[in-house]
Amino acid sequence: MDHPQSSRCRLFLSNLLMVIVLAGLLFVVLAVAGRDGATARAGEQTGASRDGVLQELLRLQDDDRQWVMPAKNYASTRYSRLDQITTENVANLRLAWTFSTGVLRGHEAAPLVVNGTMYIVTPYPNILYALDLTKPGATIKWRYEPKPVRASQGVACCDVVNRGAAYADGKIFYNTLDNHTVAVDANTGKEVWKTKLGDINLGESMTMAPLVVKDKVLVGNSGGEFGVRGWLTALNINDGEIAWRAYSTGPDEDVLIGPNFKPFYEQDRGKDLGVTTWPPDAWKIGGGTVWGWISYDPELDLIYYGTANPGPWNPEIRPGDNKWTAGIFARRPDNGEAIWAYQWEPHDEYDYDGINENVLLNLPINGEERRLLVRPERNGFLYVMDRATGEVLSAEPYVHTTVAKGIDLKTGRPIKVEEKKTGFGRVVKDICPAAPGGKDWQPSAYSPRTQLLYIPHNNLCMEMEGLEANYIAGTPYVGAEVRMYAGPGGHRGELTAWDPVAQKKIWSIRERFPAWSGAVVTAGDVVFYGTMDRWFKAVHAKSGEVLWQYQVGSGIIGQPITYQAPDGKQYVAILAGVGGWSGAIVAGDLDPRDETAALGFVGAMQDLPQYTAKGGMLYVFALP
Amino acid sequence: MRSHRYWRVVGLGVLLAILIWLPAWAGPGEERSTRELRVCADPNNLPFSNERREGFENKIAELIARELNATVRYTWWAQRRGFIRNTLRAKECDVVMGVPSDFELVLPTKPYYRSTYVFLYRKDRGFDFRTLDDPILRQIKIGVHLIGDDYTNPPPAHALAGRQIISNVVGYTIYGDYRQENPPARIIEAVAAGDLDVAIIWGPLAGYFAKQQSVAMQIVAVPPDPALPRLPFVFDIALGVRKGEAAFKGELEEILHRKQAEIQTILQEYGVPLLGAGMPSNSPG
Repeated sequence: MDHPQSSRCRLFLSNLLMVIVLAGLLFVVLAVAGRDGATARAGEQTGASRDGVLQELLRLQDDDRQWVMPAKNYASTRYSRLDQITTENVANLRLAWTFSTGVLRGHEAAPLVVNGTMYIVTPYPNILYALDLTKPGATIKWRYEPKPVRASQGVACCDVVNRGAAYADGKIFYNTLDNHTVAVDANTGKEVWKTKLGDINLGESMTMAPLVVKDKVLVGNSGGEFGVRGWLTALNINDGEIAWRAYSTGPDEDVLIGPNFKPFYEQDRGKDLGVTTWPPDAWKIGGGTVWGWISYDPELDLIYYGTANPGPWNPEIRPGDNKWTAGIFARRPDNGEAIWAYQWEPHDEYDYDGINENVLLNLPINGEERRLLVRPERNGFLYVMDRATGEVLSAEPYVHTTVAKGIDLKTGRPIKVEEKKTGFGRVVKDICPAAPGGKDWQPSAYSPRTQLLYIPHNNLCMEMEGLEANYIAGTPYVGAEVRMYAGPGGHRGELTAWDPVAQKKIWSIRERFPAWSGAVVTAGDVVFYGTMDRWFKAVHAKSGEVLWQYQVGSGIIGQPITYQAPDGKQYVAILAGVGGWSGAIVAGDLDPRDETAALGFVGAMQDLPQYTAKGGMLYVFALP
Repeated sequence: MRSHRYWRVVGLGVLLAILIWLPAWAGPGEERSTRELRVCADPNNLPFSNERREGFENKIAELIARELNATVRYTWWAQRRGFIRNTLRAKECDVVMGVPSDFELVLPTKPYYRSTYVFLYRKDRGFDFRTLDDPILRQIKIGVHLIGDDYTNPPPAHALAGRQIISNVVGYTIYGDYRQENPPARIIEAVAAGDLDVAIIWGPLAGYFAKQQSVAMQIVAVPPDPALPRLPFVFDIALGVRKGEAAFKGELEEILHRKQAEIQTILQEYGVPLLGAGMPSNSPG
C-alpha cells in the first residue's frame, strides 16, 4: 500500500509544477487581454449596446454547444444541429449525472447552458443554480435565492411553476412568482438589479420565461383568474428600468396601438377596440395576461406573443369580442408599438388561454417562399400565418374539435358550433378540446431536416354538467361543475409530428397522460420529450419509432435541451418533477375523489398518483 | 478533548432530565388544558375573520374552544382558490369556520346560520326592490362581486346577465387589493359614496359594513329568480372539518346546538342578515 501512495505523491508534485507553469502563462495571457477586458467593463457601465447584445444572442443561438434561451433560438424551433446522438446510437444513451433541486412542485423550466455553466430555475421559491460543467459531476458554482414572499403561493396564484430564464450580456434574467424580474451576474451569482413589476395583493404573479431582444428584457404577467389586466413589459437590461408596457386590454394608448398598426382582418380594425368590445369598464380587469412564449424575427424586427383568455367575467356577462384577449400581437421591440394583431378566439367561452408558442419558419406555400408564423393553438387549430401581415394562410384541426367547424379565412374567426355554446347552469357535453386546449403551454419543436413540427399535446374533452357549491373570501356561490376526460381513443396526451405546409399529421405517439413537457429535435433526427408517467423518450423524427426511454423519479412537465459540454460530448438534459395544472393532483395533494378540482382537471387525472410522486430532479444523459 | 466531550454529554443529560421532569412537576393538580382548537382563517376579511380576531368567526371559534376546554390556534391563509387544500387538507388546522353546508371539499357540520344575498343601497335613494325584474335595474348603476371565469361567479352576476342587464353593471373582484383592509368591503363603500346606486352582495358583508358607513343604508333580501331555479340566493353556512373526521364533527355539532342562542347573538351583533332558524331544531346525532 506504500508504493502507490508515494507514486501518487510524485504525481502530485509534478502536477503542482505544471500548475505553477500554467498559472504563470495564464498571468501573461490575462495581462495582455486585460486591456480588452477593461474596455468591455467600461462599456457595461454605460450600458450594453443594443446591437452588441443582438449580435451576441444571434451568435449564441446558432452555437449548438449553448442553450441560451428556453426555445433555443428567436424563431423558437428548439432544434439543435448537434448530431453525435443519432437514431442509430441513441439506444446506448446513459445517465451521465443528476442534480436534485430540493423543490417538490412542478418543474416546467428549461435549463440554460452558457459557456460551460448550466443554469436552472426552480419553481417557488425560484432558486437559480449555476452548475459547473467543466467539473466532473457538475458542482454547484453558486446559487441565488430571491426569496419571494411566501404569501405569493396563497394570495396570488394557484400554481407556483416557473418556465425558465434567459441569458444575455453576462447576465441571467428571470421572473419570480412575486412579480420581480431579476438580473443576476452569470459568473458570480450576484444580483445586478431587481425590479418589481406587479403586486401579488392584486392577484398578479409571474411564471413565464423572459426573452431578451437588443437592450430589452421582455416579461409578462399571470393571474387572469383573479381579475388581473394582462401586459407585456420591456425592461432595460442594464439597470432594470421599465422602458415600455403594452396592455392587452383598454384604450389604444395603453395597448400601444398607433399609426403604424395594420391588422390584417376587418374584425381587428377600429379605434380603442380594447375598450369598445367590452361592457363598460370590464376591460380594466379583463385578463389577457402574457404568461407564455415570445418569438422574435430580427429581419422584420418584430416580436410575437399570444394573450390569455378573458376574465373574470362569465362569457354572457361580457358580450363582445373582448379584445385583445385570446389573440396574437406583433410589436416593435424598441418601443412596443403594435404592428399587427389578430384575435383568434373573439369572445372566448372555453377558457382557451392561448399563450402558446409562435414558431417562425420560412417555408414554401403554394410554391412561394413565405415568412410564416406557425402556431398550434389552444382551440385545437394549427394556424399557419404570414408573420409580416398577420394573415392566416391556413388553419386545420390537429386534435379532435367539436366547438368550431373550422376557421373562416376571410374573417379570421372560428365558425362556432351553436349547440356547444355555454351558459349558466346549462348542461353542455362533449366540449373538445377542454379548457387546457389542444395544447397548453407545452412548446413544440421544428426540424428543418424533416420539415415537421413535433407537438406535445392533449387529447381532452370536457363537460359542464351541473352546479356545485363553492366559497371564496366568505362569499358562497354555485359554480359550474366542469369535468374533463380523455378524448376519442381514451388516451389523454399525444406527441404528433405535423407537416405545417401540407397541414397534416405524419405520425403520432399516444400517451396515457397529457404530454405536458416541451420537445426538442436534433440533427441526429431524434426527438426528445417526457411524460407525466415518468418516461423520458427518444423518438425517430421521421418514423415516430420510440428508440430509447428512461424512467425518471417524478413525472416530466419540463423542457428538454441538448448541448455540447466542454468535454466535447453531446448531452441531453431534462428537469423532472410533476406538477403544473395537469399535475396538480400530485403536486398539490388534491383528492382524486374531487373530480372538479383544479378547474375540472383532477377528474381526468385521478390515476396520476399511481404513476408518480413529487420531486424536482435534473437528469442529464450522454452516450458512453 | 475527551473530558470536554464527557462534560458536554453529562450537561445534555442533565438538561434532558430537567426537560422531562418539568412538565411532570407542573402537571399534577392543575387542570390546565393542552387541547388546541386549530382553526384556519383569512387574516384580512371582516366581518368573518382577521388577524386581530375581530370577526364573528373568531368569536364563534373562541366560544367553541371554551366548550372544548381548548385554546384557539390560528393558521392564517387568504381564503381563495386552494384555501382548503393548503390549510385543512394540509393538516395545518382541523376546522374552517364557514363553508356552504353542501361544500364537497370538506365534511361540513349541520349549518349554524342561513343568510341571503341582498340589495344594499343608501336609504335616501328610496328604492323599493321586489324583484330582479324591476325595470329600474336596467337604468341604475349596479355593483356585483366577481370571482372568476368558468362560470364561477356570485348569483347576482348570473341573474343580471341572464336578463341582459350588463352595461350598467360594475364588477368588483372579490379578491380586491389585499394590501387594504377587508378587500370585499370596497363595493359597500362605493354605494355609500354614491359611485354605485345599489350593490347586490352576500348578506353578512352588507350587514356589517352598512353599519360602518356615515350614511344610513337599507338592506333587502334578493328574492328567488324564477328564470334560474337552480341559482340559489340563500345559503346555509356550516363549519367544515376534514373528510373522515366524523367524531370531531359530531362534537362540534353538539356545541353548535347547545350554544345556538349565543351564536345567534354574535351573528346579530355583526349585523348578519339571518333567515329562518339557521339551525335545524332536531337534536344532532
